[in-house]
Amino acid sequence: MLILENVDAHYGKSHVLHGVSIEVRAGEVVGLLGRNGVGKTTTLKAIMGMARRTGGRITFEGRDLEGVPPHGLAGLGIAWVPEERRIFRLLTVLENLRTGLDRPGMTPARRDGLLDKVYAYFPILKERRHQAGGTLSGGEQQMLAIARAMVLEPKIILLDEPTEGLMPRMVAQIQEIVHALHRDGVAILLVEQNVPLTLDAAGRVYIMEKGTVRHHAAAAELRADQRVIHEYLGV
Amino acid sequence: MDQIIIQTLHGLVNGMVLAMVASGLTLIFGIMDIVNFAHGDLLMLGAFVGATVLGMTGSYWLALVAAAIVIAILGALLQVTTLRPLIGRDPLTTILATFGVSLVIQKYALWQWGPSVRNISEPVRGDFNLFHLQYPWYRIVTAVVAGLILTGLWLFLKYGKYGIWIRATTQDRVMAQAMGIPVPLVYTAVFAIGSAMAAASGVLFGPFAGVTQTMGFDFTVRAFVVVVVGGLGNLGGSILASIFISLLESYAAILVSPAQAVIVSFVVLVLTMLFRPTGLFVPTPR
Amino acid sequence: MSALTESNPLLKTEALTVRFGGLAAVNNVSISVARGEIRGIIGPNGAGKSTFFNSLTGVIRPTSGRIVFNGENIAGLPPHAISRKAIARSYQITNILPGATVLENVRIASQSRRHNWSMMRHHRSYGDVIARARAVLADVGLAGKEDELASNLSHGEQRNLEIGIALATEPKLLCLDEPTAGMSVTETHATVDLIRRIARDLTILIVEHDMEVVMGLAHTITVLNYGEVLAEGRPADIQANPRVQEVYLKT
Repeated sequence: MLILENVDAHYGKSHVLHGVSIEVRAGEVVGLLGRNGVGKTTTLKAIMGMARRTGGRITFEGRDLEGVPPHGLAGLGIAWVPEERRIFRLLTVLENLRTGLDRPGMTPARRDGLLDKVYAYFPILKERRHQAGGTLSGGEQQMLAIARAMVLEPKIILLDEPTEGLMPRMVAQIQEIVHALHRDGVAILLVEQNVPLTLDAAGRVYIMEKGTVRHHAAAAELRADQRVIHEYLGV
Repeated sequence: MDQIIIQTLHGLVNGMVLAMVASGLTLIFGIMDIVNFAHGDLLMLGAFVGATVLGMTGSYWLALVAAAIVIAILGALLQVTTLRPLIGRDPLTTILATFGVSLVIQKYALWQWGPSVRNISEPVRGDFNLFHLQYPWYRIVTAVVAGLILTGLWLFLKYGKYGIWIRATTQDRVMAQAMGIPVPLVYTAVFAIGSAMAAASGVLFGPFAGVTQTMGFDFTVRAFVVVVVGGLGNLGGSILASIFISLLESYAAILVSPAQAVIVSFVVLVLTMLFRPTGLFVPTPR
Repeated sequence: MSALTESNPLLKTEALTVRFGGLAAVNNVSISVARGEIRGIIGPNGAGKSTFFNSLTGVIRPTSGRIVFNGENIAGLPPHAISRKAIARSYQITNILPGATVLENVRIASQSRRHNWSMMRHHRSYGDVIARARAVLADVGLAGKEDELASNLSHGEQRNLEIGIALATEPKLLCLDEPTAGMSVTETHATVDLIRRIARDLTILIVEHDMEVVMGLAHTITVLNYGEVLAEGRPADIQANPRVQEVYLKT
């Protein structure tokens, strides 16, 4: 469904991605692991049209994303939950959700249905729906960021380090949510540094180093033999 | 004492008109980081269009609406043709572009309407009595209309679907795009709204001092002062600052000539930059 | 190497703490770096490595604790004073002067060390400065490109120029902040060689995410986590340390 073929990307002069090839099929959870600075977030940004692509192709459901403007990706079914969450801090929780709910073609019935669904996943967001986004705690902001993506009814969610900076209890909650989204049939490209969570949630895992994909295996394989993990992610 | 009451009224009325001009400017700056030097000239063009429509139809209110619509469309066209291609470039480029547009508009107005002063007659005649003083009704009406328009704008931004899009884009353009919000369209819409408000201000202000090619300049300068004092991109702040500065100027006019009273706004600007650079009414971040 | 047992370290931090509001980005960090040592600083995201560097080089003022360099407490001094004490730093985001040539970039840095900023003398009269600049360029492998505009260099070359600029100030302590970030494997190897070459007369602190680089270069490694020192030792020991593994793999 989402295919990156040999993608090169640059930030200014810095050649940050070298021939990255990754595939996510419909309904799959795919993990992208690697230490800091190896290019995991840049890979997501390349998909979102935010990094300058200098080589290779990115296609979604067969369609080349080259000519698609950044605001067209949501309509195609690609949702993004960035590393910094990027909640609209001055908008309320509900208004944050509305940025995705008020798409063309949405009826009041569908909108209410989606809102109910999201509130069922995240009851705390319903409680705080009239609170400004900037006043939420880190964990709540992460939930809002995920809810905001869900509201786009996406085919795939690009999930960037959702557990970073969160307490262990919240990490477990995020794990739950990833499972639930998977059960719902949403594909997820999960960028993470938290290895156990990724190996548990994902079916397949890519490991990146220095801007390129170094290893690709089924999560089960990596769970059984952790040496590769230690080699690329340990010290 | 009488002077003080009259000047207070002047200050409030002028403040409301200035607030309309400044709101457009601060919205445009807040969302797309564009310093719109042509803002005052859009106001002037709006006033001329209003005067023309008034001449054709005899209706002040029609003139007001027509001017707003025409200039909104013009603003949108300007943004799409001259400013959209410059997105992402050095801010100096857009400043030069709007400056260039300003010159073109001024010369066009000169060519189209000639150098003589046009007249926009007041929508309501007569004065109203405050104690033993008399104050023209139309000025009160102007302030009320401006207030209504500003309230409408605030409600639209706060509750309207597109209002939310505008606020989201102002806060985080990239994330707004990721949510599917068509940011280039939002930019154009905001520029059109700002232009419409400038045009409406021009028509509202028409009866005060006549319509000339240079009427925009004073407004541009004071609007920039207000936008900085109120906090760049801060709508509420610019409204408060407009009233604050206009009142100060009016009071100063009791002591010195009105031409010199303008200095007050610059003093406020300098003090704000020195002590509360994020805006007079904006708490300074720690 | 008896680096670890030297009693007169070049750099010593004592209970260094940097707080931002309620958060301690650097918490009670005490390290000791011997003369001539290459010390690696590693740690997961947000461990406080950059803040630590920033407090060493005067960009941030520490909340408490001491930084003793060459016997003198330099904690809280502004960056230009620290530079005069012979501590130089390269940055994560390339900080060269793009409009100047390669030689000019390095010459300006060398000038800051050797002369006061006299307006009267023409730069060509600073023979010793230019000689020094050329020597540095040779060290960082940019000798053939001295008249090239800095903005025309490749990314890897620019990062090496950055190191050159820091070198030109004749530091005793060189702080390198992720010098191989964004580099290809080839460029990384070239930079590692460069660092080995210049390390003979210098003490070097290096923050890196590339484990190969740090394990290969450093004599000693300090691991930071949540602003605190988690472990310290030789590369082999750090690699074998289960707590360090845990922190990096977030088990």
